[in-house]
Amino acid sequence: MLQGWVIVVTSFAYLGLLFAIAYFADKRADAGRSVIANPYIYSLSLAVYATAWTFYGSVGRAAGDGVGFLPIYIGPTLMIALWWVVMRKVLRISKENRITSLADFVASRYGKSALLGGVVTVIAVIGIVPYISLQLKAVSNSFTIVLRYPEIIMPATVGEVPILQDTALWVALILALFTILFGTRHLYSAEHHEGMVAAIAFESLVKLLAFLAVGVFVTFGIYDGFGDVFARAAADPKLSPLLAPLEGVAGGYASWVWLTVLSMLAIMFLPRQFQVTVIENTSERHLNKAIWLFPLYMLAINVFVLPIAFGGRLHFPGGTVDADTFVLTIPMAEKQELLALLVFIGGLSAATGMVIVETIALSTMACNDLVMPVLLRMRGLRLNERPDLTGLLLGIRRGAILLILLLGYLYFRLAGEAYALVSIGLISFAAVAQFAPAVLGGIFWKGATRRGALCGLLAGFAVWFYTLLLPALARSGWLPIGLLEHGPFGVALLKPLQLFGLAGLDQITHAMLWSMIANVGAYVLASLLDTQGAQEHRQASLFVDVFTRAGEGAGARFWRGTASAADLHSLLARFLGAGAADETFRSYARAKGLAWPGEPLPADAEFVHHVETQLAGAIGAASARIMVASAVKEEALTLEEVRKILDEASQVVMYSHRLEQKSRELEAASAELRAANERLKELDRLKDDFLSTVTHELRTPLTSIRAFSEILNQDPRIELAQRRKFLAIITKETERLTRIINQVLDLAKIEAGRAEWSETPVDLRDLIGDTVSAMSQVFEEKNIRVEVRLPDRVPPVRADLDRIIQVLLNLLSNAVKFCDQVHGLIEVSLAEDDGSLRVDVRDNGPGISARDQQVIFDKFVQAGDALTNKPQGSGLGLYISRHIVEHHGGRLWVQSRPGEGACFSFTLPVMEAECATES
Amino acid sequence: MRNRVLIVDDEPNIVTALEFLLQQSGFEVAVAPNGEEGLRRVETFAPDLVLLDVMMPRISGYEVCRRMRERPEWKHIKIVMLSAKGRDVEVSKGVSLGADLYVTKPFSNTELVAKIGALLKGG
Repeated sequence: MLQGWVIVVTSFAYLGLLFAIAYFADKRADAGRSVIANPYIYSLSLAVYATAWTFYGSVGRAAGDGVGFLPIYIGPTLMIALWWVVMRKVLRISKENRITSLADFVASRYGKSALLGGVVTVIAVIGIVPYISLQLKAVSNSFTIVLRYPEIIMPATVGEVPILQDTALWVALILALFTILFGTRHLYSAEHHEGMVAAIAFESLVKLLAFLAVGVFVTFGIYDGFGDVFARAAADPKLSPLLAPLEGVAGGYASWVWLTVLSMLAIMFLPRQFQVTVIENTSERHLNKAIWLFPLYMLAINVFVLPIAFGGRLHFPGGTVDADTFVLTIPMAEKQELLALLVFIGGLSAATGMVIVETIALSTMACNDLVMPVLLRMRGLRLNERPDLTGLLLGIRRGAILLILLLGYLYFRLAGEAYALVSIGLISFAAVAQFAPAVLGGIFWKGATRRGALCGLLAGFAVWFYTLLLPALARSGWLPIGLLEHGPFGVALLKPLQLFGLAGLDQITHAMLWSMIANVGAYVLASLLDTQGAQEHRQASLFVDVFTRAGEGAGARFWRGTASAADLHSLLARFLGAGAADETFRSYARAKGLAWPGEPLPADAEFVHHVETQLAGAIGAASARIMVASAVKEEALTLEEVRKILDEASQVVMYSHRLEQKSRELEAASAELRAANERLKELDRLKDDFLSTVTHELRTPLTSIRAFSEILNQDPRIELAQRRKFLAIITKETERLTRIINQVLDLAKIEAGRAEWSETPVDLRDLIGDTVSAMSQVFEEKNIRVEVRLPDRVPPVRADLDRIIQVLLNLLSNAVKFCDQVHGLIEVSLAEDDGSLRVDVRDNGPGISARDQQVIFDKFVQAGDALTNKPQGSGLGLYISRHIVEHHGGRLWVQSRPGEGACFSFTLPVMEAECATES
Repeated sequence: MRNRVLIVDDEPNIVTALEFLLQQSGFEVAVAPNGEEGLRRVETFAPDLVLLDVMMPRISGYEVCRRMRERPEWKHIKIVMLSAKGRDVEVSKGVSLGADLYVTKPFSNTELVAKIGALLKGG
């Protein structure tokens, strides 16, 4: 039933379906409802990584090497975890600079160098050609095999088939046509190929489903689950070594590590991966999902590789069937027509997906970074005068697509037979890995220069060519095989597979080791020895500082020249078409608040930069640079001028720093003012309270005085004893009034700092003795015992004698007030203590609570509230005393526990020696 | 029957003066040196009028006034606040708490006795 026409019709129907999906997606995009602005579609499109190599080749590799196929999938899984750091930056840079391809990225980073872009393009094309040939080989082989159904016959050797009867040629041509239809409908290459991405995502689903179907069929249909397959493989003496993880791989661990590294780089730098990951990306946020979805896809498509490989080995024990075809031949041997057809379509999916994206990416690079810069420089072509170049651009791209596929076919004819699918693919991986230093260095190392990148790329590529491509051609018989066995001209040290005598590694590991040493070495050395030009320096900081710099306008300052808006318009129209040019002008004018074409646009540096960026989106940064340079009269900036611009810029930065600092200072000042205002308000409140309290303290004795005066005045009949008592009260209250008035005056003077201090050397022993004896009458009256303990000799202190007496009197009269009513005891002692003298006045009263201890030194606070009798006093005594002591540089404090009396102490610093001798 | 007046003040000399003055004027007088004692005496002495000093330790005259006015059975007792602090805010605070009269120290004896007499007669 699987006649040839069924297969052909199915294949074309499938391609038609892809086209329909692409068409639908493009229509949706035009209507503004993008299908691909979706993290799941994005992740699926990344799976374009899995090509016919994966679909057919993994099983082939596993059949020979066991788990040796795995590093190719472990690498991307590891790498994608780093994407949040690396790829996010690449994405941001590419969006801001309207990067159109990997070559454009490298060229743009190193000063918009057309040469560098061209080199990257050449390396990419040469490097990828084997990979494309791999797809052609896979599709044509699978087609040839499935055509013979139900027989299983391996395809004839390529060389034996005449070219026009070679399926691979026809596959190449059909794919070229299909890709041209797909990929060159739009010109603007920085925009998204919505249709293509949608179709690729669909293909990723198809190939996964087809592969899973075979896997399930082999594992559960033919055998009895994973355990059964592995058990049978382990029982087979030829297969059991494959189960030991690293046995099968030549070079062991080194090989695993290098293959993993290689595929880590491939997932970033394969042109098609760069295309779907960066150019087709619609949102940085999609990375979040892709970071776990893509590894999941990798896992799914690898689960059944080993069972199918073992199944194939067990099924075709003779070795007559190529292991690369097991995926297809097992269903055929089992007479599963539909499954075989599904597998064929799955393989076709994997191959077409790869070919379409890869050739679109390469053709963009070839056109923008290789052909156009050359054509534009050839003045004889007078391209500058042609009004519309869009046709030419599309033509170049279409030609490039066809050429690349034909090159792929050529490689297939030349070298395809000598290698298995995976080995061909790895050669391409190793080629694109050469981009890693220039790109990764370019986004993290500002010092990397154009010459450095160029040297690195060329050195790495040369080693790659010598150690991988040359041997491939030699093995296919196109070069003398002696080259491999004895080295060129018989120099054994230069043997391509054992360069400088390095043997014992597999070919890929060997090539990667030497090419990376050459590449990174040349890149770093040349960069360090080189100095950057102005353009280069600016691009370097645009790339490395992409997250810290403001948008695209940043580069515009480094341009000086004259341009006319009309020239710029005709330039854009030539490459983008008149409609797109109008739209560009209109949207720029809108952003500037102008109504173009009614109001003219100023052709200033910023606008020229904008036009160049737009143009770069179509023809790449390097070509755009050339075109803009030809359209406007530019004046080259000397290094001195660039330095001046940079100086200005740094002055602006400094100025803004200063402004920031000023505003911070102002903020601080206003905070201080607010605080000061608060303090003033607080002081005002305190003053108010103070007045109110003073008023109260004055009125209270006045009240008694007035009341008794009136009583005595109005009632002459009062007994004499009572009359005396009342008069005594009046006298006492008058004294109280006087005391308060004196203290308030004292306080006012001290607080205002106007108090006069007459300081003399004072002997505290004399002072204490005199003061205590002056108060002896009071002590006797209240029946209080006073104990004074003085040392024999103390050094003098410098103090105002009267005020220290005032302090001591205050402490003593407080002690008198509070000490025990019946057996009053007051102890006064003096001690020298570490450079100062300390006076203690201790009573045996009720003590002072901890809460009261904190406030008794405040104005108008009195202890003794707990007593039924309110003690007499103004509440100013301790406050003033503390002021006096502190004025002398001493301290006044209290120690007390309720029920155990109170001890007030104050210190005064001992006089300096020379002062003491003066006295 | 003689009217009963309770004096609550922490200034012993002022208490002495007021006690003498009011006894001379024909009132039956009791005294309390602070707020708590004052409230207890209101209970035991059942005064017709309380002379209440504002500035007293712990429980101020305001607080005593407020607590007295919470008790409906004491509603008829007249309260005269005495204070050495004569600012308007303090006067209005006393009145708002339910005092019948606010007298600023120092006061005139005759006037005070007259006002007390008037209050008691009016009630």
